[in-house]
Amino acid sequence: MDQNLKSVARDIRCDVIHAIGHLGVGHIGGCLSVVELLTVLYFEAMRIDPKNPKLEGRDRFICSKGHAGPAVYATLANRGYFEKDMLLTLNQGGTNLPSHCDMNRTPGVDMTTGSLGQGFSCAVGAALGSKLAKDGATVYTLIGDGESQEGQIWEAAMFAAAKGLDNLIGFTDYNKLQIDGTVAEVNDVAPLNEKWAAFGWNVLEAADGNDIAQVSDAVRRAKANRGSGKPTMVILHTKKGCGMKWAEDLGPANHNVKVPADVAEAAICALREEAL
Amino acid sequence: MQMREVYAEALGELMERDERVVLLDADLGKASGTLGLRKRFPERIFDCGVAEQNMASIAAGLASYGFKPWIESFTPFASRRICDQIAISICYAGMNVKIMGSDPGITAELNGGTHMSMEDIGVLRSIPGIVIFEPVDAAQLRAAMPVLDAWEGPVYLRLARGEQPTVFPEDYKFDLFRADILREGSDLSIFVSGIQTRDCLDAAAELKKDGISCEVVNVHTIKPIDRETVIASARKTGTVLTVENHNVIGGLHSAVLEALALERIPVRAVGVEDRFGEVGKLPYLREAMGLTKEHIIAAAKEAVRTK
Repeated sequence: MDQNLKSVARDIRCDVIHAIGHLGVGHIGGCLSVVELLTVLYFEAMRIDPKNPKLEGRDRFICSKGHAGPAVYATLANRGYFEKDMLLTLNQGGTNLPSHCDMNRTPGVDMTTGSLGQGFSCAVGAALGSKLAKDGATVYTLIGDGESQEGQIWEAAMFAAAKGLDNLIGFTDYNKLQIDGTVAEVNDVAPLNEKWAAFGWNVLEAADGNDIAQVSDAVRRAKANRGSGKPTMVILHTKKGCGMKWAEDLGPANHNVKVPADVAEAAICALREEAL
Repeated sequence: MQMREVYAEALGELMERDERVVLLDADLGKASGTLGLRKRFPERIFDCGVAEQNMASIAAGLASYGFKPWIESFTPFASRRICDQIAISICYAGMNVKIMGSDPGITAELNGGTHMSMEDIGVLRSIPGIVIFEPVDAAQLRAAMPVLDAWEGPVYLRLARGEQPTVFPEDYKFDLFRADILREGSDLSIFVSGIQTRDCLDAAAELKKDGISCEVVNVHTIKPIDRETVIASARKTGTVLTVENHNVIGGLHSAVLEALALERIPVRAVGVEDRFGEVGKLPYLREAMGLTKEHIIAAAKEAVRTK
């Protein structure tokens, strides 16, 4: 399964690079850093049905760092929610795949996000909804490390713990870079694990958040926390632009960036060769 | 009966009838009059504490799950403080969330300038998809609550919490999108919402003695404004006065001006003249902000004189 998931993650990564390369610009770094998480969630952990995206009682994923939309779309296409051809409509006028996630446009997207911090509260609301509906679902949500500078994240953190939402599993994409520099330089969020623990959450870490086995193991352990009466935060130490050396080397410039088509195609070739 | 009591009673009926109706507040359940509901519906009422932004987005998450959340706070915190959450989590996402803001404008009284929203309608009115409704009295609010519940989309309910003078009969037939002509007239149209509606009717009665015939229209829904009724009345009388407990920029006055933009009809305003609120009791604030019945009469006379 692990090998299989690695291969799925590679396909998703290639599709993200292809879609953004085709457009010529996009949030490449923060998309590539979360590919392994999305792979594990959509191909292993979540109770979902791509043929019935609105399935009642399904597990939900809310991508609070909405700019990772292109990574979500590539994952959904690979999972069979829609045809892969659609990925090349990314950000074109009239598309159903806008830069930031939109539940009213894209099959499989559970919440509209993009204004940082809000999606996390929405996920808390969905987890509360699941408890009220008693449907046994798990709500997964992903925030950025820069996003963790938003006050609303901590309002939601406090509330989720106070209400004992142990059906909520959060992930922090801790790639340590944001638009204006490193997170440490701009407005340091460290130490994240202590912060989440102090807010009453179970805290797990994946030392390499771009390693399928580590992410899969963390998700499994997070799910086992149901019944603990506490939500769980998984800190994923990731690499912004992971799997595309050109993007990795850009450092903080690797946020919303022009991606020439030839650079994108070269990166895809390198990933394909690596697989051989 | 206080407006908040009417609101809480009606909300209780909605919650009784429909398990999907849930309520969230931000440490103002007492002020909103809904504290009593918590005992009846302990599983469906959530106090988010002093965290309005979180409350708004949590409500959106609940709505995405098929629930019908109401959120409540004072008007400044239910509008300008959570403007982005209302815009993105609720309206852009198309979530069915009802927002109750209490103590609008000068009704914040002793809480003073920080709590006195002269701009809440203006802040919210430019967000696509939101309905903005300001009730006049208990009968109108009572009639409106089930209609707001049935409307599948975001609504901002601008609620003066105290007791309000009666304007509508108990058997009043309410239409959310239709303004109510309270008094027909031929010389001047007065468009009013909220707490000054009774004053406008009293002013119209006095103006009648001076030979001025006022048409008084309650524009309870400021967005979407009932253009048809507004335009028809304005064309009939040829001059307009708007009356509101809000800044003249961004609220009812602006909405009426937009509706009448092509009509070549003068529109005057009695409202807050682009200033912040201040602490005080209602009589003082009405006088200080130029919102008394006498201000309405003077503006009406001026409107007719210069017609």
